[in-house]
Formats: sequence, C-alpha cells, structure tokens
Amino acid sequence: MDGHLLSWVLFTPLIGMAVLLLIPAERKNLIRLWANIAALAGFLVSLPLVFRFDKDASGFQFVEKADWIPALGVKYMIGIDGISLLLVMLTTVIGCIAILSSWNAIQDRVKEYYAMFLLQQTGIIGVFVSLDFFLFFVFWEVVLVPMYFIIGVWGGPRKLYAAIKFFIYTLAGGALMLLGILTLYFEHFKQFGYYTFEISELMKLNLSPVMEQWVFWAFFIGFAIKVPMFPFHTWLPDAHVEAPTAGSVVLASVLLKMGTYGFIRFSLPLLPKASVNAAIVQVLVALSLIGIIYGALVSLMQQDWKKLVAYSSVSHLGFCTLGIFALNPNGLAGSVIQQINHGISTGMLFLVVGIAYERRHTRDFKEFGGLGHVMPVYAIVAAIAMLSSAGLPLLNGFIGEFTILQGAFEANRAWAAIAVTGIIFGAAYLLWMYQRTMLGQITNPKNLRLPDLSFRELATFLPLIAWAIWIGVYPQPHFAVLEKPVAQIVERVRPDYFQKPVQQAEAPRAAEVAR
Amino acid sequence: MSYYTAQDHFVLVPAIMLALFGCAVFLFDFLIFPSPKQRKYLLFFLVLGLVFAGAGLWQQQSFLMSHGIPEITAFRGTLTVDSFALFFNWIFLAASFIVAIVSYRYLETENEHHGEYYGLILLANCGMFFLATGTDLITLFVGLELMALCFYIMVGFLRGDKRSNEAALKYLLLGAFSSGFLVYGFSVMYGLSGSTRLREVAISLATRGLWDPLVFLALATTAVGLLFKVSAVPFHMWAPDAYEGAPTPITAYLSVASKAASFAFLVRIFLGPLAASREIWEPLLSAVALATLTVGNLAALSQTNVKRLLAYSSISHAGFILLGLIAGNVTGITGVAVYMLVYTFMNLGAFIVLVALRRKNIIGDDMDDISGLMRKSPAHAVLMLIFLCSLAGIPPTAGFLGKYYIFLALVETQHYVLAVAAAVYTAVAVYYYFRIVRSMFVSETTDKLPVASSFGLRLALGVTGVMTLLIGIYPEPFLRLAQSTTSLVR
Repeated sequence: MDGHLLSWVLFTPLIGMAVLLLIPAERKNLIRLWANIAALAGFLVSLPLVFRFDKDASGFQFVEKADWIPALGVKYMIGIDGISLLLVMLTTVIGCIAILSSWNAIQDRVKEYYAMFLLQQTGIIGVFVSLDFFLFFVFWEVVLVPMYFIIGVWGGPRKLYAAIKFFIYTLAGGALMLLGILTLYFEHFKQFGYYTFEISELMKLNLSPVMEQWVFWAFFIGFAIKVPMFPFHTWLPDAHVEAPTAGSVVLASVLLKMGTYGFIRFSLPLLPKASVNAAIVQVLVALSLIGIIYGALVSLMQQDWKKLVAYSSVSHLGFCTLGIFALNPNGLAGSVIQQINHGISTGMLFLVVGIAYERRHTRDFKEFGGLGHVMPVYAIVAAIAMLSSAGLPLLNGFIGEFTILQGAFEANRAWAAIAVTGIIFGAAYLLWMYQRTMLGQITNPKNLRLPDLSFRELATFLPLIAWAIWIGVYPQPHFAVLEKPVAQIVERVRPDYFQKPVQQAEAPRAAEVAR
Repeated sequence: MSYYTAQDHFVLVPAIMLALFGCAVFLFDFLIFPSPKQRKYLLFFLVLGLVFAGAGLWQQQSFLMSHGIPEITAFRGTLTVDSFALFFNWIFLAASFIVAIVSYRYLETENEHHGEYYGLILLANCGMFFLATGTDLITLFVGLELMALCFYIMVGFLRGDKRSNEAALKYLLLGAFSSGFLVYGFSVMYGLSGSTRLREVAISLATRGLWDPLVFLALATTAVGLLFKVSAVPFHMWAPDAYEGAPTPITAYLSVASKAASFAFLVRIFLGPLAASREIWEPLLSAVALATLTVGNLAALSQTNVKRLLAYSSISHAGFILLGLIAGNVTGITGVAVYMLVYTFMNLGAFIVLVALRRKNIIGDDMDDISGLMRKSPAHAVLMLIFLCSLAGIPPTAGFLGKYYIFLALVETQHYVLAVAAAVYTAVAVYYYFRIVRSMFVSETTDKLPVASSFGLRLALGVTGVMTLLIGIYPEPFLRLAQSTTSLVR
C-alpha cells in the first residue's frame, strides 16, 4: 500500500460503503458500527500522510499517475501539497465525527444514510487530491448526489426545497465552470498540440488577458456558489437549516471549502493575469467584505439557533476569500488556516445546536436559556466552540483571522478596517447567542430535566477542541506545511512579489560598499 | 455490367437478415406457432434475426478494419458502409434487442400480445439500416418510410386503449405531412442536380452558390422534414402525445432507435448535400436547437406523468445533439455519436423501469406510481437513479460524456453563447429529473403490488445499467469507436 497511500485514503470510505451495502438493512446497530469503523479507518489511513509529508519539498507529494481515458487525455492523477494535506485531514476527521454524531439522530433508512455519507467522503477527498481537472470535476459533481439525499431524505420540514436548491445552484455553477475548464483544455491543444487536463500542464498556457478573464468568471461562478460568496449565498441558509446535524457539519466544515480550495488551486495559478487584474480583485474583495458584514448582521437578527450558525458561515467564509484575494503569503496562509478553523469551530457549533435539537426538537432561542445550569459540560463545550468561532486568542479562530487581517492590511488598509468590524459583529452575535441559550435562569420548565452530554456526544467534540487549542497555542506546524505552496502561488501570481524586499536589502549594502 | 455483385451482397446482408426474419416472424405467427403460448418462439426468432444481422455487421466492421479502408459502397453508390453507418447500426441492434425482450411481459399484461409485433420491430430495424447506410435520396426515403410505417402500427398497438389510438393517429398524420415536405425537398435536389446520389447532389448544389433560392427551397423543406423526425421544436408537437400513448417499450424504441436513425439521416444530409450552405443553416439550426432546449426543458418541469416528462426530456436531448451538428467539427460529430450511444442506454433504462411498473390494473407511468419505489424495490430505484443522473449529465455516469463532447465542440468552434445556454439548461434539467428521484426516495408508496419482473426485464435492466456506468467509468473503447465515425467531416 506504500506507493498508493493517497489512493487508499481516497477509496477507503468507498470500500467501506461497498461492504456496508452487504449488511442487511434490519441490522441497524451493525450498520452504525460498521460505518463508524469505516470512517475511523478512513482517518487512520490518512494519518500517515501527516507523518510522511515533507514540508520542505516543493510541488506535490504522494503523486500517483495513471492513464484513465487516453482518448481524451484524461489521467487519474492525484497528489497533495500542504494546502490539500490540511483539507484532507479536516475531511477525514470531520467525517468520523459526523458519522459518530448520527448514531441516535438517524433512525430511519439507516443503511442508505451511512452509504451516502461514506460515498460523500470519497467525493470530497477526491476534490482535494485531484491534479487532473477532469478527475476534479467528476469528484466535484459526485459530492452533490449524496448531499442531496442527506438533506432531502433525513432533513427538516423544508428539506426537499433546500435539497434541490442546493443541487441546482451548485450544478449550474459546475456546468459553467466546465465550460471554463474545456476552454483551457482546448487552448492547451492549440498551443501545444495535444489534449491534457493535467493542472501542471495547463499552467504552461499563455492566454490572452481577455480570455483569462472570461475563464476566470466561469470558474468564479462555480467556486463562488460553493463558497458561497455574497450574491450566491442564498442556498446556504436553507441547506444548513434543513440538513440533519451531521449533514450541516460536513456541509459547513468541508463542503464549502471546495469553493475556496478551487480559487486557491485553480483560479490563481491557472489564471494569474486575471487574478491580479485590479477590477477583478476589487470585485472579489468587495463581495468578500459584503459577505463578512452582511453575514454578521443577518446572524445578529436570527431567532433560529441553526440559522444563526449558518449565516455566520457566510461571514467567516468572507474572511477566507478576502485572504485569498489579498494575494500575499499572509492572506493566503491565513485563508487556509481560517478554512480549517471554520471547519473546526462551525462543526462544533452545529454539533452543539444538534444536541439541543435532539433533546428539545426546537431551535428557537425563546425556548432556551439557562442550559448551563442543567448541562454544565455541554455549556463548557459550547463556550469553547463559541469562543473559537469568535476568534478569542489562544483558540484557533484568532490565528486565522489575525493572519488574514495582516495580509489584507498589507494589500489595502481600508479592507482590513472594514473586515475588523466583521469580527466585532461576530463577537456580538456569538456572545448573544451564548447568553440567550446557556446563561441566565431557566425560563422554560421543559429545560429543567435535560440530560448532559453522553460519552459518545462528548467524544465528537474532544478531537475538535484539541485541534482548536493546538492551532490557537502552537500554530507553527500548520503554517510550516503551508509555507511552500503558498509561496509558489504568490510567486506565480505576482512574480515580482518576492523580489522587492531583496532589492531593498541589497541597496544599503551597495551604499556601504561605495562608502 | 452486373446488377448484383458480391460486394453489394456483402453490404446488404444485415438488411436481408432483418427483412427475412421479420417476414418469417409474420408467417410463423399464424402458420407454425399460432397458439399464444408459442409466442416465445417468435421472440427467439427475432433474437436470432438480430444475431445474424449482427454477424453481418461484424464482418463488415472487421473488413473495414483489416483492410484499413474508410468505406465500402454498393449498388453504385446507393449504399455506403462506413464507420458512421456501422456505429449507428450497432445502436439500432442493441435497442431492438432490449426493447424486444422487455415487451414480452408488457404485452401479456396489456392483453395485446400478437406475433406481428416482433416482425414489426425487425422491419423497423431494417428501415433504420437503410437510414444509416443509404447515400441515395430514394434509398434514404424508402428506409425512412419503412421505419415510420412500422412505428405508426406499433404506437397504436394497444387497440383497446384510447390514448394509444390517438397517439398513432397524430403520429401518422403529422408524420405523413412531414414526409411530404421531405420528399418535396428531395425532388428539388434531384431537379437541381439530375441525380439522387448524395455525393453528386452535393457537388451540384455547391456549384450553385450560397444564395440560390432553389437551393434554399431544397434546404428549408428538407430541414423541416428532418427536424420533424428528430422532434426538434417547432416540429415537436407529435412527440409528447405519441410517447405518452404508445406502449412503453415502443416509446423507448421510438425515443432511442428512431431518433438515432433520424439523426444519422440528418447528419448525412446536412454534412452531405447541404454542407455547402452551412452559412445559411447554421444560424437556423442554432435557433432551432435553442428553442428545442428551451421548450423541452421548461415543459418537462411541470409534467406529472413520468412518461410524458421523459418525452419532453428526450426533446431537450435532441436539442443537445443538434448542438453537436452545429459545431460540426470532428469533436462535434464524435459528440453526436457518443451522445446517441449513451442516450440509447440511459433512456432505454429509464423507460424499462416504467415498463416494470406496468402491472395488472396499474398503468404505472404516473409520478404517484413511481413514488416510494426505494422501499418497494431498491434495485429498481437505484437503477432509475443511475439512469436519471446520467440523463442529467452527472459524472461518473455515461450521460456526462455526451454533454462533455457537446460542450467541448461548442467551445472549440467558439459558440460560447450556445455553450452557456446549454450549460444553464443542464441545471434546469436536474430539477425535473430529481422530481422523479424525490418521488422514488422520499415519498411513500401508493400501492402494495410488487413491480413486474421477468428474465427479459432483468436482463434489459442489467445491460442498460451496466452500460450506463461502464461508458461513464471506462469510456476508452467506446470513444475510440465513436471517434472513427468522423470521416463525414470534411
């Protein structure tokens, strides 16, 4: 399995799903147990990636390459760099947690549920490891179907509307993105005489600025819908609110990152001229800033606990895209770290909401209050989740937001200033949320006898809390794996970026020599 | 000069086999196997006929490949066997086989099991052979009418059913009307060139200049006739009614084989005699394709009958295939071939699931009839999901490859507006395909009766399901085959 480690990581959930399909549907507990084993196996298989990853090497690691459809020049080519490493690990961790958290929540059609979940895991990992654009697109679309079912079958009252809205939005974006991909593919044929979807080959293209911009917008629609960026975000509250808890966790923690990952992996390196185009950067930054403020303001107004968390995602993802289009190492590295942070903290917040919902079957803030008195462990866990999301120092959120703001400040001070207000609003809605649910006296008699976290529920939080504190206290390992890939992207987009400081450093020395 | 050479015979073998076995089935029906229980022998003869025709095709295919020649002509240019013709003929045979084996049980349920049904399938297939192989106006027209006449009968095969009768009548009247247009266009072509051979017609039409009104007349009338056959908007009116009323296996046959044959015909005419007037027909066809996509997709949104929904969806697929012809380059024509191939299996599969839902006293083609299928029969539901995903063009199913080629062809030929419109409509299509999915997986079932099952149904579902996934996951051999069909592009 040595040479094919990444393939094992990719297909372990799928193998798990295949075995799961053989278990009779009546044996629900066996199915649950097996799904958990498969998810855990998926995580354990991915662990060696962390230990064997060489943070000093440039380019992709664990690369596997084989012909898939030679007639089209399509290859099965996978590999990871630091950015994908973090996202793959996030996916496998969150996958385990989401599957563990569904043990009691899902009682109906258990087999189909876990089958869809495992299939989805393979799809998401595939997106993050593909180095062939065709392969990437296949995984990108494969993810949609299981998520449609997870929302549409096991979701809340408006599940069907939410599921199809999610599906159509992403699919429409995907179809336009496909046109962009095909344009690059064909241009490559025109310039080099052979067809390929390989990312590294497509990077050699020399496109006219106009064409780059068109392709950029095609990609933009695909990725921006997925992130989601401001005018395309309307599917997100519906999907998040209606999805079952585990669905929301995976949706927020991992699925949204497919969009930001797309920007970092494809838009910037493949279309460097368009990516630094002032007009395009301004539009994207403006949309990010609007997303930050708008998401925060809408969160402030929510009466529904889950909707609040959903809209907070719009705000937090705004930071991620802002970081990307600051187009400097701090912004990009901060963006990736913030993507992981958002996965950790929003995942926890959705779990927190889910636990309250499982006990009370409501998410209305008016129904809660003073939960800290009856569920002390729960309140502590919720506090950590809330504070990590709000960006308290020594927890993960702070590191990501701080680095992004550094990057934004370097690019344009006004951007940083506007984004900071988003953090303030963020603290406001999160603290208010906590106050309305956990603090104060118990006003609703139904809340008097709620059981505290079970061991299983606590187990879903512990890995995330540990990771949150790790990033908060000692983020260096994370930044270390990002350093090389981020530098490469910045180098690619702004070839002069790293030269300037060198020239400045040389100038005084020359002056010394002259003296 | 001999009238019937060995080469002529070699080319004609598949058609002879189809016609011979077709007529044999008619005769055996009342001479040798008159009892209703013996109809399975007729089905056996049909399969045998297809096998013999397939053997003939196989010989032609290996002859072409071993000699490395692009085509074999027969009857002094009346018939041409090239990779294009062979590719489509394989599709016809596969479709005929699958439709025939699922019909047995269906016709029993309908109480309309008559032997001539199998003969008609073979004769229709024979007509399709001439549509794909013919390179002469008369041959093509005779092939078309042979196919269409068989279909008029088969669409109205449920004699006791009002919908079926209505469908047959509408199809017959409109079909005859459109054939009139077509043959008028052919007569103008003949008048202009003095020949019925496509090659000679092409040469003389090309010399007459782009804006010759007579050429335009030939183009317009021929196009009307052809677009009717592929059910392109605004000549699609017959399709939803005919599809809904016809026996479901025949709906499948009509939407797949008849459409494939008509597209083979259409591509031959547009890239043959009409190739020189491309500047005129390209904008016209673009408008038709856009209208077809629009009407097909938007009308499908509100359908409550699954059969009718699939009828509109098949109209929108015709729009997609037309886009490949509009692009008209090598990728575009490969796209037409690939699309037709994947469409055959995925669309047949979707209709076969509906065939399985037809049970005693349950018509089975309403949205309510398919609801809760996941609880009743998970295998059917999952297969239907695969077919619908493929129809919607979601990878890694076969349907994605069809869309992929069409998009690529449009991008290559810089038809960006058409490409964006087509991309947007793929998202629209998801809505109605997933209404069926929603019904199957989320809604509760309305009846307790198990779905129909027979060896033929299981085999057909197996073949279509496997092919839909196989072409999606390992498309290499199929794409190589399709890429060989592009000798038509000049």
